[in-house]
Amino acid sequence: MQGAEVALEGVGLAYGAFWAVRGIDLTVRPGEFFSILGPSGCGKTTILRLVSGFVEPSEGVIRIDGRDMRGVGPAARPTALVFQNLALFPLMRVWENVAFGLEVRGMAKAQRRRRAEELLELVALPGFAEKRVDELSGGQRQRVAIARALAVEPQVLLLDEPLSALDLKLRQHMRAELKAIQRRTGVTFLYITHDQGEAFTMSDRVAVMSQGRIEQVGTPGEIYDAPATAFVASFVGESNPLPGRVEESGGGLARITTALGPLRARDPRGLAPGSAAILVVRPERCRLDGAGEGEGPADRLARADDAPVNRIEGRLARIDFEGAFANLVVASPAGPALKVQVANDGRLSRLEAGAPVTVRFPAEAALALPEGPLARE
Amino acid sequence: MSELWRRFGRLGGGLVLATALLWALLLIVLPQLLMVDLSFRPNLPAAARGGPEDGWTLANYAALWANPLHRAIFWQTIWSSLLVTLLALLVCYPVAFHLAQEAKGTRAVLLATALVIPFWVNEILRTFSWFLILARNGLVNRLLMGLGVIEEPLALGGVGAVMIGMVYAYVLFMIFPLYNALESLDRNQIEAARDLGASTWRIHWRVVIPHAKPGIAVGCVMTFMLAAGTFAVPQIMQSLPGGTNARWFTQIIYSYFFDGGDWNRGSAYAFALLLLCILFVVATMRLFRVGLQDIAK
Repeated sequence: MQGAEVALEGVGLAYGAFWAVRGIDLTVRPGEFFSILGPSGCGKTTILRLVSGFVEPSEGVIRIDGRDMRGVGPAARPTALVFQNLALFPLMRVWENVAFGLEVRGMAKAQRRRRAEELLELVALPGFAEKRVDELSGGQRQRVAIARALAVEPQVLLLDEPLSALDLKLRQHMRAELKAIQRRTGVTFLYITHDQGEAFTMSDRVAVMSQGRIEQVGTPGEIYDAPATAFVASFVGESNPLPGRVEESGGGLARITTALGPLRARDPRGLAPGSAAILVVRPERCRLDGAGEGEGPADRLARADDAPVNRIEGRLARIDFEGAFANLVVASPAGPALKVQVANDGRLSRLEAGAPVTVRFPAEAALALPEGPLARE
Repeated sequence: MSELWRRFGRLGGGLVLATALLWALLLIVLPQLLMVDLSFRPNLPAAARGGPEDGWTLANYAALWANPLHRAIFWQTIWSSLLVTLLALLVCYPVAFHLAQEAKGTRAVLLATALVIPFWVNEILRTFSWFLILARNGLVNRLLMGLGVIEEPLALGGVGAVMIGMVYAYVLFMIFPLYNALESLDRNQIEAARDLGASTWRIHWRVVIPHAKPGIAVGCVMTFMLAAGTFAVPQIMQSLPGGTNARWFTQIIYSYFFDGGDWNRGSAYAFALLLLCILFVVATMRLFRVGLQDIAK
C-alpha cells in the first residue's frame, strides 16, 4: 500500500445560499497523518465527505495523487472512509465485513477469507474472523472498521472522529494503535476530530478549522506555540486572551494597551500601531511572584537577556490543586481574570486563596495577534 | 397482569379477565371448533341428524380432492395469491425504500399521504375503480382505441385483472411493514457499502434486504393471507368481459354456505384453505429465518 497526496484547491460547498466550507486550500502529503481539528459544525466532516466523493464541491478542485476527482464517485476513488459510528454490517461475520470490499471486486471466497485474516492480524484481532459484530467490544469494532477500510487498499484513509464513542482509556490506547497502523501501512490518513489531544498525539500536521474556513495549518508544535489567529489560540489549549490596542511595534515585539495595562508580546506579523489586537498568553507560561514562589532559571535567563517582562498585580481568587500542578485564577480589579498554571515544586500548598500576587510572564511567552473571533468556551 | 390486580382489586380484576376470556371463547374459539366439527360430518337433512348416518367422516375433504374443478380453483387461488404477494413486494420495495431512506421533508409527507388516502376508501370501491379502468368502455380500452392501436375493445378480464385489483387493494399492507424495517437501517451502512465499491444491486442484496427481512416476511404473510382469503375483489373483477374463468376458492366456500346450504362441505373447504395458508406462513418464516416475535413487533 502506498499513500497518495490529497490536494484541495479553492474548494467550497454551498447548500443554497449557505457555504458549509469555502476557499479551502490544503495539501496533504503522501503517507502523512493529517488531522482536521475544529469545533462541531465548522465544516470538517464536509471536507471528509468532499474528499470521499459523497458530495461534489460547488467550486474548486480536489486532486488525489494529482488526479482530478471531479465526476469520480466514492466507489471509484482511491479512498476509504471509516465512519463515526463505524457502520459495520451487523448481519455479517467479522471476516465478511472486512472482506466486503474484496467481495465487491469479485475476489474468490477462499482468497478473500485469507486476506481478511491477514488484515485482522494487522489490526491485532487474530482469530476474530468468525465472530459476530455484536460480540465485539467498542475497541474491537473500531479495528474491524479500519481493517474493512484497509482491505480495498486505499491510498487515502479518511477517518471521521472514529474514537469519539470509546471511553477515555481505550481512546488513548487506540491513538497509539492508529498511529502504528498508519506507520505500518504507509497510507495517507486524513483524520477528523474535535479533540486536540487526538490531533496532537497522532498527527504529523494539523489544520484548524472554524466556520467553514481553515485558520491555520502546521505541526502540532506550531499550532500550539505559534497560533496564527485569535481563534486558534483560544480553541487549542488553555489561554488568556487580552484584547487591546497596539501602542507601538518593532523589532518583533509589540506593546499593547489592555485592560490590565500596557503589556509586551512577540509580534511576528508587525502589527500596525493603533490597530486592534489580542494578546494571548498560555497559563503555563505565567509565573507567580509572592505567595512563596521564587525565581526560576527561565526568569534569570530572561533577565540576563534584559528582555521585557510583564507584571500584573492581582489577588489569588481560586486554586484548583491537580496534584502535579495547580490551576490558579488571579483576579485583577482592572480587567479580566488570568488563568495561571504552576507546576508542583513542593511549595504549592503554601498558596492561599485571597493572597495578593503578581503574575509575571516574559514578552517572549506572549503573542500579539490581530483581533478576531475567539472560540466559544 | 399485576397492573390489573392493582387497579381493580382481586375480584374486579378477575371479572375483567373473565369477561375477556369469555369473549374470546364464545366468539372466536367455539365457532371455530363448531366449524371443525361440522367439516367432519356428512350433510344430512335435519331429521337424520344424530341418527345412524351421523358420524365423523373425511368425505367432505375427499370431495375437494375428487372434484377436479374445485381442486384446480384451489391451486389457482394459492398460486395467484403467491403471485400477488410477489408482485406487491416488487412494487412496494422501491417505494418503501425511497420513502424510508431517500425522501425528505415535504416530499416524504406528500408521498406517504398519497399512499394512505386511497385506503380511506373502502375495498369494494377501490376494486371497482380498477373495474372501471379495465371495463369494455373503460380507460384502457378507450385509450388504446383513441391511439388507434386496437379497433375493437379488448376483453381485459381474467386472473390477471383479479391480481391487479388485489395488488392495488393490499399495497399498504406490504408497504408499511417494509417501511418500518427499512427506516431503521443506518444510512451510513449504505454509504459504507458504496464507499467500498458496491453496486446499487449489491448494496440491496447484501445490506438492505438482509436488514429488511422481518419486514419483508410480515408484508408477504399479510398480503398472502388477504389475497387468499378475499371475496370481494374476484367477485367484482369477474364481471369484466372475459373474467368468468377467474374464480377464487373463497367463492366456492361462499356458495356452499349460502347457495348450496351445505355447511359441512363449506367448512371442510375453508379449513383446507386455512391449512395451506398456515403452511405458507410457516414456510415464509423459515425462509426468512424470522420468529413469531419478530412478526409481532
